[in-house]
This record gives sequence, C-alpha cells and structure tokens, in this order.
Amino acid sequence: MTRPVDLLIIGAGPAGMAAALAAAPSGISIVVLDDNPLPGGQIWRDGPNAQLPTVATEMRAQLQRYSNIHLHSGTKVVAIAGPKRLLLEDAERGWVLGYEKLILCTGARELLLPFPGWTLPGVTGAGGLQALIKSGVPVSGERIVIAGSGPLLLASAATAKKNGAEVVRIAEQAGRRAVSGFALGLWRWPNKAFQAVTLASGAYRLSAHVIEALGSDRLEAVRMQTGSRVEEIACDRLACGFSLVPNTELGSALGCEVRDRAIVVDEWQTTGLTDHYAAGECTGFGGSELALVEGKIAGLVAVGRQEEARAHWPERQRWQRFADRLNQAFTLDPALKTLATADTLVCRCEDVPYAELADHASWNSAKLNTRCGMGACQGRICATAAHTLFGWEPPRLRPPFSPARIATLACLDEPAA
Amino acid sequence: MIQGTDIRGQAADVIIIGGGIIGAACADELASQGLQVCVLDCQRPAATAAGMGHLVVLDHSPAELALGEYSVRLWRELAPQMPENCAMRNNGTLWLACNEEEMAEAERKHAALSEFGLACELMSGAALAKAEPSLRPGLFGALRVTGDGILYAPNAARWLLQRQPERVRQQHAEVVEVQGNRVRLADGQWLQAGAVVLANGIHARDLCPDVPLHAKKGHLLITDRYPIQITHTLVELGYVTSAHKGNGPSVAFNVQQRPTGQLFIGSSRQFDNEDPTIDAAMLGRMLRRAMDFLPDLGQMNGIRSWTGFRSASPDGQPLIGEHPEQPGLWLAVGHEGLGVTTATGTAKLLAAQLLHTPPPLDLDAFLPQRFIGAPAHA
Amino acid sequence: MLELSIDGQPLRVAQGTTVAAALTASGDHCSRTSVSGQRRAPLCGMGICQECRVTIDGLRRLACQTLCRDGMHVETRP
Repeated sequence: MTRPVDLLIIGAGPAGMAAALAAAPSGISIVVLDDNPLPGGQIWRDGPNAQLPTVATEMRAQLQRYSNIHLHSGTKVVAIAGPKRLLLEDAERGWVLGYEKLILCTGARELLLPFPGWTLPGVTGAGGLQALIKSGVPVSGERIVIAGSGPLLLASAATAKKNGAEVVRIAEQAGRRAVSGFALGLWRWPNKAFQAVTLASGAYRLSAHVIEALGSDRLEAVRMQTGSRVEEIACDRLACGFSLVPNTELGSALGCEVRDRAIVVDEWQTTGLTDHYAAGECTGFGGSELALVEGKIAGLVAVGRQEEARAHWPERQRWQRFADRLNQAFTLDPALKTLATADTLVCRCEDVPYAELADHASWNSAKLNTRCGMGACQGRICATAAHTLFGWEPPRLRPPFSPARIATLACLDEPAA
Repeated sequence: MIQGTDIRGQAADVIIIGGGIIGAACADELASQGLQVCVLDCQRPAATAAGMGHLVVLDHSPAELALGEYSVRLWRELAPQMPENCAMRNNGTLWLACNEEEMAEAERKHAALSEFGLACELMSGAALAKAEPSLRPGLFGALRVTGDGILYAPNAARWLLQRQPERVRQQHAEVVEVQGNRVRLADGQWLQAGAVVLANGIHARDLCPDVPLHAKKGHLLITDRYPIQITHTLVELGYVTSAHKGNGPSVAFNVQQRPTGQLFIGSSRQFDNEDPTIDAAMLGRMLRRAMDFLPDLGQMNGIRSWTGFRSASPDGQPLIGEHPEQPGLWLAVGHEGLGVTTATGTAKLLAAQLLHTPPPLDLDAFLPQRFIGAPAHA
Repeated sequence: MLELSIDGQPLRVAQGTTVAAALTASGDHCSRTSVSGQRRAPLCGMGICQECRVTIDGLRRLACQTLCRDGMHVETRP
C-alpha cells in the first residue's frame, strides 16, 4: 500500500472538481477518482461530440495546474479495505489507497423504470442518450423520442438536436400546473431560463408518458399516452428517464446515514462519520450549480477553512431553493408504477419478469427466490426500480461495489501499512 | 388452553421450524410417509441460501462417510424429478493434490471411499491437466469422486416444500419459544403438534440453548458469467491436510462453475466471529488462494460476495433425533458445511425415529444424547 | 483515426470515441446477449447498468467507460 493521501475525492464531476480546487491551495495531497475516462461527471461529460461550457474547461485546466492534485480517471472504488482504506481498480491494476479525509461526490444516476419493450436495443436512459451522444454515438438523421421526467429531458433533447437528430417528441409525465408553475418561477435563477424557452418546443407534451416500446429485434416505434389519448410514434431511439437517484451506495457502505435516498450532511457538508464529507447530487438532486457550491464548501471545510466555507452558505441556499422547486414540480405520477406488465423484465441482468416479483414481500425474498438483482449491476437498476414500484428498501451493497477483477479483490489480503 | 390451533388442537402432525434445505427435506420425507406437516419460516438469510450447494461425500469418520454416501445417492435418485432451476448436476469432485504428502492423502481417501463402494479414481498430474486445463500446471494429481454433484439449494428447498401441497403447509412466521411439542410465534400465538422439529441451523440455539452449536463463518464470491471451462467441483486436499486444520482462521481452494457459467469461489473459515459483514482481508486471502490454483481467474470479474455461518456441533456431526429432555421436540441441526449434502439422509433418519421404522443407517453417531442430558459415556 | 475490431469486423473510429459509440457502427449495434437470449445495447451510458459489458482483449469491460484503442478486439457474443 502507498502512503495515505491527505484528501481523497470520489467523483470528478462539478462537486468533486470544486472540492479539489477549494482544498488545493492549502498544499495538501489530493487524489480525485472517477470511473469515467475523462473528468466532468455526467453533466460535463467530454467526448468527440461534447461541447463543454467555459466553466468546465476552466476548472479542468485548473485541476491540471495544481501539482498536489492527482486525477485518476477510469478508476472505480471496489471495496472498503479497512478503516480509511479503499480498494481501487483501473484498466490495468488494483490497489489499496489510504486517506485522511474523504469527500464523496458520487453524483446521481437515472431512475429507469421498467415498461414493456424497455430491453429493446434503441431504448436508453434520457441522460443515457446524452452521455452516449457526447461519447461519439452518431444520431444524425435519427428520429428520437425523449420521455420521462425533469429538466434532463430538455438537456438530452438539446444535445440530440445539436447532433443532427430529429426530436419527434418530448414526453414529460408531470402535468401542466406543476411544470408551468416551475417555469414561471425561473426568473429567480436567470441562467436557468433557457430551459423555459425549450418548454415551448412543438414536440413537448405534458402529462405524457410511454406505454410501450415496440419492435422485434430493435426499437421501431413507441406507444405513448398523452392525457387520455394514445398514439404510436415511429422512431429510431427512445430515451427514457424518470429523474435522478443519488448514488449513495459507497457512502452507505462506509457507514454514512442515508435518508430519502440521499446521503445526510450538515451545513458543513459533513456526514455523521468523522473526516467524511459529501457534496453534490449524492446528497440529493439539485443540479450542477448546487453541486459546485457544495463541493466548494466541502473542500474548504476539509482543509479547516470554515469561515470561508460559511461565506458560501447563502449561495448554496439559493440553489437549494431551486432544487426544492424542481423536485416538487416533477413529482412522479403513481401511474408510472404500473407500466410494467406480467412479462416485462424488471431485472435485466437475470431476465426476471415483473410477475415473478410481484408476490414477494421484500427485496430479499424476491432476490432469493427469483435471482432478481443477482447479476452484474448488483441491483442498481432493478432494486432502485423495485423501491419505486413496490416500496422495497434496497439492500446494502457488499463488495465488490461494482464488478471487479478477482486479481483486484485479492489485493484485500494486503496487510494495512 | 392452547389458542390458535384447529379443532383437534393440532396445527399439524409435525411442525418444522426452518424452511431451509434441512427443514424442506424433512417436510417432504414426513409427508411422503403420510404425515401432515406445517413448516414455519421467518425468511431470514440463512445457510441454505449462503452455501455452495456442493453435494460432496466427506470421510472424517465412518459415520460421516455413511451419511454422506447415502444422502448423495438419494439426491441422485431425486435428480430426474427436479426442475431445471434446481441446477442439479452430477459433475463429480476433484480433490487436488499439490505434492506427495497430499497425494498420499488422496490415496488414503481413495481406499476409504472405494471400500465403501463409492466410484472414485486416482489421477496423475497429466490426467488432471487434461481433465481441467484451467488449473495451474504442475499439480501432483487428484482423486476424482464421480458420484458428487452440485445443486442450487434455495430452489431445491422450495421444490421439496411445494411438491406435496396436500400434506406440506408453509407459514411465514417467527418462532420465539419452544416447549416440547408446542411453539409460540412472535405474535403470541401458540401452535402444537405431535412433534416439533428444529431445523433452523445456527438459530436453533436461540430457541433451545442446550443445543451445542457454534458458528463457523465463511465467505463466498461469485463471478460474472463466462463460457464453461471447469467441469468438476475443484477442492484442494490441503482442505484436509493443512488449510482448514486447527482453530485459526483459514482459507482453502474450492471452486465450481455453475450451470449459469458463473464461477463460485470458496472457502474461508473463521471461528467465534458472528459478524455477517465481509471481512476484506479474509476475502482477499481466499481469492489469492483460488488464483493460485486457477491463474486465469484473476482476470475474471467477481460480481458478488457474501458470508454465511456453518452451524457446527462439537464433533462435527449433526444432531438428528428427539431432544433427550424435551419429549416432542426433535432436532435436525448441526450439519456444519454439509447441510445440503446430507439433507436427504437426515430426513430419512429423522423420519425413521419419529415413525419407529428401522433406520437405514446406524443412528448412534447422530443422536442428540451424545451432548444433551445424561452423559452417554460416563 | 484508430482501428479496432468488433466481433472480428474491422472498424475505424475517431480518437476519443468510446467502445459504446463504436458499437453503433458494428453489426447489430449490440453489446451482449442476455441470459434468455435477447440482444442488448447500452442503456444508461454512465457505468451503472452493465448492459454494455463486452469482452475487450479477453477482459469483461464496460463499453461506455472504455475509450477505443488501436488494435483492440471487442467481442459482444460469448
């Protein structure tokens, strides 16, 4: 094992980068890990088709200028090797890294809910489509339907259009009252107002949701419900995501409290665990601006600059209000819990249909009896969906936190330094 | 007055506590003999779900060998009726010898099993390399036990519990107290039967503190699915000669490839540790040991790990029979790592005693009297 | 440009392209065959769902988090 690093930051999205940059002037050693090939997180995901905002490119440049910041891209956390020691893996090796302080900036993933046909090639998450396009998936000339809930639909549509796709429908499950109330309030956050403009797009429908993805070997069309009307729309891709779910698994495994699907932090971004902080979407969905200010506060607090951190509280509060408003506006319609039919696969790893799960009383019972959640995604998709569909508490994750080479896991036998 | 029972005052002829592989096999056997059985299970994680499902004949003692051989034979007889999701395979076990000393153990084992009539053969290092090319080159040899197998125990248990629905009733309930042939449920209700069978593994201690069981913690890891490359269940003979000897924490190489293509990797053993969380260092040691035998394993992805508790009696053999001091209370516990293997034989031995029919095997080595009540060998 | 192969078919892609993106230029755009025999393609695009796991030069890896490299062999079928 190498010497423990002073500050370890998990995640190189807005929160992680802001935390690293806030802590760096103190001169302590900092390691930032991210499982993607390049820093930026999901919102600033880089790639052949990505156009990064100035703030993102500037932050990346600053990260490189600090010689005390080491960025490990393409690196994931596999297990807890001991107190303040994590087992890591990249494409080449596995190793144990110790730390003095840790900031969790593990972000959020999409809530993907099962509906008939959702396993067809051509169906992706909404943010998923955006990520794939940025990383080089060509969509020029394709007809795309975007469905689900939240502002991510609009962001995804914008990326698809910019890359030459024809966005034939944006289906937002929330109703007019909720969404227009939200849009009218946007004047309070001027740089968010562009989204209100997109709301006016001709393809945008409210109280609309997907019923079924149609096709034999590949997606060919989508059956949609808009209000009381049902229609079929021919398309090449369906991008469907029902807002975001914080990635709390690592925090939970470390022993941080998780409430309402988010890591609990105080005003200093401190978790209940000494020397462990959390910032950004893993503490609750709030957008990149909130993530940036939370990351900054966490980074400052981690190096003992509480007073400077406190100066950012009002800014955080402002973005928190925006986040609260957002979450309120896009509350999920309970009807979405009934999209899956008896033979719709809920667990995509083990191909377990809805009918096999529905009679069980808990996640554990369902898992043991059906193999649901026993596959490579470790229930991240199906246990999260089952939480929404059945109210089952998702399981606590055991190592490996994501699939990892046996040779990496064998490194756990190394004695603590 | 006992509440909550039917008009005859009986919940069933027999109440079985625990719906794992032991409880399920006992329920199925007793039902086959015409009894009405009620199985109470509280669905907590337990050894049946945690184990490897390895049907393996061990020979630490003549009694263990006899019960193992008989039980695996019964499993093979059941196999044609078992649904595919039980993943029953008669793939055989290869006991691997790394050196001369371990080969001597293979030869001793070969003699002992052959004498008992088990089909087995000694293999040279070259023959072993040909049979299982994924193993590291240079192993000394092996003993192949052809009758051994594997199955997916949770589904096998469910199948056994469900195939005689007219006689086996399952109830989701937690038992909090046992007095002879009656039990109290968590909701306060008392149930009574002609006999109550404790088949809840290590949790039997909670209901019957004089049952001498202690937990041996084990770790397991399973990989993603890969094309089939390993046929037999592979176990190192060091399991016998060194690795799992003594009372310290230990690891031993034990790998099987499931019909899904997933490699199932064991094993570890820790005493006096009842913490179900993964012990990272033990997991690492166990995997390092596995890579030592299967070099390519290191590049495969592990996807899940978990722990389980073997419920062990002081002499390593199960307790099968009536509790010497609580008439009406029967025990089928203490199977250590062999619960799945010996579930079928255990059920036959229990049924013979309950129904006063001739037992298929000598019972002495399994009777609870050896630990409970008046000292048997005073 | 980089050259790699997907299921034996040679393919040229731009630097910085992920394997997930390269799949869209391959035979059926899919990454794997499911337990019940369905072909599947990348879903979440961010390393969570594991639908895009492919075999790259003998190792099981996520197509969406792996950049193409010259000479890479990608397999989507067992």
